[in-house]
Amino acid sequence: MDNLKKTSLFPSYKKYGAKLVDYAGWAMPVEFSGLTREHEAVRTAAGLFDVSHMGEIEVKGKDAAEYLQYLLTNNIGTMNDNQIIYAFMCYENGGVVDDLLVYKYSADHYLLVVNAANMEKDYQWMLDHKGDYQVEIENLSDQVSELALQGPRAEAVLQKLTDTDLSEIPAFYLKRDVKIAGANCLVSRTGYTGEDGFEIYLSHEDAPMVWEKILETGKEDGVVPVGLGARDTLRFEAALPLYGNEISQDISPLEAGLGYFVKFDKGDFIGREALLKQKQEGPARKLVGFEMIERGIPRHGYSVLSEGKEIGFVTTGYYSPTLGKNIGFALVQKEYANLGDIIEIQIRKKTATAKIVDKRFYAKNYKK
Amino acid sequence: MITVKGLYYSKDHEWVKVDGNKALIGITDYAQHALGEIVYVELPELGTEYEAGDVFCVIESVKAAADSYTPVSGKVVEVNEELEDSPQLLNEGPFDNWIVAIEMNDPSELESLMDEEAYKIFCEKEE
Repeated sequence: MDNLKKTSLFPSYKKYGAKLVDYAGWAMPVEFSGLTREHEAVRTAAGLFDVSHMGEIEVKGKDAAEYLQYLLTNNIGTMNDNQIIYAFMCYENGGVVDDLLVYKYSADHYLLVVNAANMEKDYQWMLDHKGDYQVEIENLSDQVSELALQGPRAEAVLQKLTDTDLSEIPAFYLKRDVKIAGANCLVSRTGYTGEDGFEIYLSHEDAPMVWEKILETGKEDGVVPVGLGARDTLRFEAALPLYGNEISQDISPLEAGLGYFVKFDKGDFIGREALLKQKQEGPARKLVGFEMIERGIPRHGYSVLSEGKEIGFVTTGYYSPTLGKNIGFALVQKEYANLGDIIEIQIRKKTATAKIVDKRFYAKNYKK
Repeated sequence: MITVKGLYYSKDHEWVKVDGNKALIGITDYAQHALGEIVYVELPELGTEYEAGDVFCVIESVKAAADSYTPVSGKVVEVNEELEDSPQLLNEGPFDNWIVAIEMNDPSELESLMDEEAYKIFCEKEE
């Protein structure tokens, strides 16, 4: 773990019993008190995550909106100030460079929040496609700590630490200069768990204090620290994609069923031509949900078969803590992607049958 | 961390309890703690022949699947079927719940395993 990058919260992990893993070159907590317990805390109370490994890239200048319109698949033009949207940055062939959140401060000032594993690649891609756009692109990833407080009790807990009325921040909106326990923070009503909650951006100096304060204040509400293990099971149940699993350089947003975030009517953007062709012809592969019928836990990368013939692979699979079932997502040839179809999952030396089901395993609980 | 006297221990954190020519094999407290909550155990089929060091069982937590290696060669003569429906028994009592019984081909293989004291020291170094 010595040669890995460490977040500003690293010194606090031990106190809370963290088990560490190497995640994208960072020494991160995979769990604290236990994955299932942490998962349940987020579904029923609230959980606090250190997500400081995430990347933040700022874009500003008079062409900022135009540049992002060209770089990303979603429509930047319809965003309000302080609004946030989810978008893809695609290659010309429609494969995904990264999926990210766009934070709009004002017409000429934006922040992109990107995956830790892709941060360097994203930044380089953005510089390479700057062209003649009048924009300044700055990688702030090393300067920012990020906490996520997620779950039905998140607002009540965080409200105890600030004078800002948090109920006035709608889902997918941000507020800057919010004082949390006295520390200056950017707060957004966003997350990666399927629950209501907040993401909090702040300085490395303040992050350990705010982490402690939230856990202290939230104790009576059942707030616990949560590791990356539960972060993945939570996002999975809520059908939120993970880069490298459901989307990647080789899996387009349309194949992953995320066409809603690709707006063809907004003008040209990188990947538009390839994605439009895919849309017109219909993608050859489709992401489906499935539930195991026979024993076995499906895992990322396992082969999927139909009557012995390989038809795709598992993108994510788990024993679901909330549902108590073995479930997964698979990318399969479209002919085999019908609800109710029976497929087989290759689990080591055996195959086990599964049934294709709706992939929204868990209904999101966002604040309206 | 709990250990038990009178058992043999492997570097892969399995324990062996000898009963005549039969070896009962399980995982240690150290192993169950490292794995986290166990949600599935894939047991071998009766009669399967293994060489020492072969994967005889896969133990899965929510997070991942982990292979278990048999410390001795031989044939599987019993499996603990209770683990199919109650895999968490390996968390609750790792030394009370054996996984398989193997009829040993070569009991001298036991000599290369650790006793309780040696295993305790081995685990301290793993930390």
